[in-house]
Amino acid sequence: MRVLYKRLSLTRLRTLSSYCCRWGSSRSADPHVAIVGSGPAGFYTAQQIIKGHPTVRVDIYEKLPVPFGLVRFGVAPDHPEVKNCIHTFTQTAHRDRCSFIGNVQVGKDIKVADLQKAYTAVVLCHGSSNDRKLGIPGEDLPNVLSARSFVGWYNGLPEDVGLSVNLDCETAIVLGHGNVALDVARVLLTPIDILAKTDISDYSMDALSKSRIKKVVLVGRRGPLQVAFTIKELREMITLPKCRTVIDLLTLSSLNENIDGEETNTHTVTIENINELPRPRRRLTELLYNAAVNPPEKYTKIWNDATREWHLKFLRSPSEIVPTSSKEGPEAVKFIINMLEGDDDPLRRKAVPTDETDVIPCGLVLRSIGYKGVPLDETVPFDTSRGVIPNKKGRVDGFPGLYCSGWIAEGPVFVLAGAMNNAFATGKVVLEDLGSSKLSSENKGGKDAVLSALQQKGVKTVTFTDWEKIDQAEILLGEKAGKPREKIVSIKEMIRVASSE
Amino acid sequence: MAVTCAKLLRTVCPKFLLANRSACLTAPAFLPSRRQNFLQYQKKRFCSSVPRLKKETVTLTFLMPDGERIETPAKVGDNLLDVVIENDVDIDGFGACEGTLACSTCHLILKPEHYAQLPEPPTDEELDMLDLAFDLQDTSRLGCQVVVTKNMEGWEVRVPAGVADAREPS
Ligand SMILES: Cc1cc2nc3c(=O)[nH]c(=O)nc-3n(C[C@H](O)[C@H](O)[C@H](O)COP(=O)(O)OP(=O)(O)OC[C@H]3O[C@@H](n4cnc5c(N)ncnc54)[C@H](O)[C@@H]3O)c2cc1C
Ligand SMILES: NC(=O)c1ccc[n+]([C@@H]2O[C@H](COP(=O)([O-])OP(=O)(O)OC[C@H]3O[C@@H](n4cnc5c(N)ncnc54)[C@H](OP(=O)(O)O)[C@@H]3O)[C@@H](O)[C@H]2O)c1
Ligand code: FES
Repeated sequence: MRVLYKRLSLTRLRTLSSYCCRWGSSRSADPHVAIVGSGPAGFYTAQQIIKGHPTVRVDIYEKLPVPFGLVRFGVAPDHPEVKNCIHTFTQTAHRDRCSFIGNVQVGKDIKVADLQKAYTAVVLCHGSSNDRKLGIPGEDLPNVLSARSFVGWYNGLPEDVGLSVNLDCETAIVLGHGNVALDVARVLLTPIDILAKTDISDYSMDALSKSRIKKVVLVGRRGPLQVAFTIKELREMITLPKCRTVIDLLTLSSLNENIDGEETNTHTVTIENINELPRPRRRLTELLYNAAVNPPEKYTKIWNDATREWHLKFLRSPSEIVPTSSKEGPEAVKFIINMLEGDDDPLRRKAVPTDETDVIPCGLVLRSIGYKGVPLDETVPFDTSRGVIPNKKGRVDGFPGLYCSGWIAEGPVFVLAGAMNNAFATGKVVLEDLGSSKLSSENKGGKDAVLSALQQKGVKTVTFTDWEKIDQAEILLGEKAGKPREKIVSIKEMIRVASSE
Repeated sequence: MAVTCAKLLRTVCPKFLLANRSACLTAPAFLPSRRQNFLQYQKKRFCSSVPRLKKETVTLTFLMPDGERIETPAKVGDNLLDVVIENDVDIDGFGACEGTLACSTCHLILKPEHYAQLPEPPTDEELDMLDLAFDLQDTSRLGCQVVVTKNMEGWEVRVPAGVADAREPS
């Protein structure tokens, strides 16, 4: 820790000395920057701006009383290492030129235009708080859930705490082949004693401990070469304790044929030459292939005493979710079988329907076909089809002083490292504009005006020190239950703890 | 009183509480290699606060994306993430997961002749994470997995540009 402190102070010194040259010693008004959203994009943008400017003040507004966005409410409970980035975010929040202002929903409690009146620059980093729909019959049945809500449910996201999840069935279908699909499948299949040691919310633990689910089928509309999940997450599924991996043989036998240079039928994907694929895709495809066709003993050993299993199926687009006779939930999902067409680049091949169909029985459906951004308020330009704010390098088109970064700027496609890079780049663009004559800080007093407006409206804001009280309370609650933390899931209770002495 | 102490401690040494907290965050035992790695890293961090025997050092050079060369001592036995932290090498966002093989932000590129001299090839788990790194090369490694040895004297390691840095200047 001594080392880390040293790192911080030296970095400060070094950057301070470079400031003096760039910004001169005399200045008119110190710039104030507002950031909307305290996920990775918000915190990494703040970090970059504070590091690159000697006097800027950065205020991070967050809808919830608690910070960190999807790092707290998205990242799976059995992936605590990913959450280590919280330490860096906390360091940023402790900087004296940074404030966290929680429990403020921008767009509702305060308009973006009002923030712009008070701040030299405003950076929107509010992520993607909705998800994409399939638009097929049966999508609104009970127990047909979005993976986004299911994730929110097991991670204690206040809006999803009351989600009605029925695990009293044997088969769940997950639609989509991304990492979120693997996350939800893994949570459904992981032995309960392992989940019990994580920060998963207690009510979901209860529900999962009574779960009868034995089989999770992940169905994608394209083939094995187009899966969106990544290799680490796939390997984790293949080696999940007490769980067998079953990979669709129709498609993979063709992979086999292709590797041997033989003909394929139209339903299957072609891999002209697996060795010509870029390394990440090649390794991922090899792992899929080996797990399906030629599993090494280290895998079969796990699979032999499995009590549960997951299936990976390709080239199927859902066309209807069939209800049970009482309409209390799904009974099966109907699929149209696809073939792939076009493009030399396998990743860009399109799924085209054939006239063949398939039906897979199930009692739970999780739709995992991607998140979607929503606009904060009517004043901010928005691309509704992509769910992003149109921007160039983070500058919002036609709105000087308005910026965006992270998922809301580029779509819900990044892992953490990607969100970080994007945020750093936007931060640099903001710094560049602060250093030019493009932005004026005259009469921009920052948070004072905003806080008093919020107070008049009766909005109870939460500071970072308040959050640390919540944090400590959660850790204490967790200790009692033998887990790293027990999340407080009611906003009212969060505010109560935050206001306590 | 307790709160005041904690506050004081945090002001003097901001990482104090965080180090404790990260230990609490450690969870399941079902991925032994990752977990071990993480615990080892934590241990190392704690150890770094007490005086220890002076270790042998070599000199390494980090080649930054903007062309800057940063020369730094590196203790034999430390990994390259430790070296970056201990010597305050200013690489934005380096080591986000703190050496637990969960992020790929500690990506570094070695010279082919040096890569070939490393005692251990990357494990499957390291390669899996590297596959997500930007500017991936045949001689890429994750810094948190490469341990400094005596024969590394004078080695140069390249810090890859993030995607963002690779965009044209605005
Ligand atoms: C289920 C899931 C699991 C994931 N697991 C991993 C993983 O293991 N490893 C990895 O590298 N990446 C993972 N990711 C990806 C990673 O979480 C994202 O790349 C990253 O969180 C995107 O950052 P962001 O800041 O753009 O958005 P977010 O993290 O969503 O942050 C947005 C913040 O804005 C706030 N906000 C929203 N609306 C408002 C408003 N009106 N006013 C104020 N604040 C608002 C939100 O509450 C939130 O705190 C995962 C993603 C998901 C969905
Ligand atoms: N552990 C981790 O590192 C982790 C965990 C969770 C999330 N994340 C990251 O978070 C981001 C979002 O993940 P995600 O899984 O939500 O999204 P994603 O990676 O974009 O995957 C979405 C999946 O849904 C499919 N899909 C989209 N529209 C469809 C439709 N109309 N019908 C059928 N299938 C459809 C896609 O197939 P097509 O390819 O055919 O469109 C794809 O398989 C990703 O960057 C992911 O890596 C990372
Ligand atoms: S620090 Fe995250 S993988 Fe090395």
